[in-house]
Amino acid sequence: MKDHLLSAADLSRDDAILVLDTSAEMAQLTEGRSVKKLPTLRGRAVVNLFFEDSTRTRTSFELAAKRLSADVVNFSAKGSSVSKGESLKDTALTLEAMGADCVVVRHWASGAPHRLAYSGWIRSSVVNAGDGTHEHPTQAILDAYTLRKHLGSVDGRRITIVGDVLHSRVARSNVLLLATLGAEVTLVAPPTLLPVGVEHWPCQTSYDLDSVLVKADAVMMLRVQRERMNAAFFPSAREYSRRYGLDARRFALLPDDAVVLHPGPMNRGMEITAEVADSDRSVIVEQVTNGVYVRMAVLYLLLAGGRE
Amino acid sequence: MSTPAQHERLAAEFGGRQVLDERDIARALTRIAHEIVERNKGADDLVVLGIPTRGVPLAHRFAACIADAEGVSVPAGSLDVTMYRDDLRLRPARALEHTDIPAGGVDGRVVVLVDDVLFSGRTIRAALTAVEDVGRPRAVRLAVLVDRGHRELPIRADHVGKNLPTSMRESVKVMLQEVDGRDAVVIAEEQP
Repeated sequence: MKDHLLSAADLSRDDAILVLDTSAEMAQLTEGRSVKKLPTLRGRAVVNLFFEDSTRTRTSFELAAKRLSADVVNFSAKGSSVSKGESLKDTALTLEAMGADCVVVRHWASGAPHRLAYSGWIRSSVVNAGDGTHEHPTQAILDAYTLRKHLGSVDGRRITIVGDVLHSRVARSNVLLLATLGAEVTLVAPPTLLPVGVEHWPCQTSYDLDSVLVKADAVMMLRVQRERMNAAFFPSAREYSRRYGLDARRFALLPDDAVVLHPGPMNRGMEITAEVADSDRSVIVEQVTNGVYVRMAVLYLLLAGGRE
Repeated sequence: MSTPAQHERLAAEFGGRQVLDERDIARALTRIAHEIVERNKGADDLVVLGIPTRGVPLAHRFAACIADAEGVSVPAGSLDVTMYRDDLRLRPARALEHTDIPAGGVDGRVVVLVDDVLFSGRTIRAALTAVEDVGRPRAVRLAVLVDRGHRELPIRADHVGKNLPTSMRESVKVMLQEVDGRDAVVIAEEQP
């Protein structure tokens, strides 16, 4: 694997399988153990550098690092020198001076983690925990892990991703990773919420959810990002919900063993009804559990060995 | 435990001197299995944990052998020690091997750790720490097929198949049916 994890495209098929297998072992090593902690990253410092709000990703990374015995420093833009106007570069230099071994970064600007990794400001490994509307690779890995656990393998499976693809870093990372793993991905969204150039992505697109659902092995509902809905992407929330929401009727169209995913946080009643979100084929809560194992695997693979 | 790269290189050239053949290994394993039971005064409370890669099939062979002789089933599993090693930073991160602790756990039982070759003792040191995180056994014992000496830590085996005096320039390779397609122990001169 490379020194950084910035994009799901950084992972070759072998790398992706290594991360998934390692995640499975992490689950084995901590589930049901009297001591849910491994000594592997003792003495390493992991900095969670969050310029954007997050609960599950930050706590997930924090818990993953702590389970591997790393020291964790949480740094959020609010309440830090960033709110006094400190630049990304100066923040990075400060972290470098303090001796961080790994920086987990979430930033509202697409490409910020890349800048951090290759600018020469810091020597530590950089993990992208979501940058703008670009990528969120660890979310894609945990989705692939969850899918693999329920479907046996991702290879050749039909995965449908529904909703606001335009603003979704989750969708982009998922398409790249799932395609690497051999899945057939179909994106379903209103035309206004599909990004320019989507025809070059390794996936298919559709505007008609019902016809895609009947053949899907899994469906991933994306959050409608109200904070980014500043242009008129669709006429009304109700219309979006009717055409692209996953309700009980659409849920019944899915094959019997298909599972439902959602990266969270959910807008219940918008892209997914409460009934579907709480059904026994919804693996949304399990995704959160798996997120910790996947992030343990990523931190282990990036930090445990010596650099080549 | 020697590294996979060393294993591959040895398998490729396949030079070296065979020191134990299939029948020698079978005899040694049977003897150790009986020693384990004798030492434990029966097969109750035993858990046999193999250290991957080749400790795992050995652990299962011990368990089968004890079951044969005593008529009780002995839980066998595997314990990967990669996360506990002290040399992780010397090489790029490694893939983890499978850990499989038998359902009854290790609390209050006698754990027998099994590995193919005992060398520096560092793998066993890591295994002892790993066991500690799984639970609290009543006792931990160590069974190895080959003890090649050159210990770097104060660790010794309770049961040894064969003491094999070696020089640091030599490497010892254990081959097992389950992994390598045949049973043998080979000593080869390390390539510079």
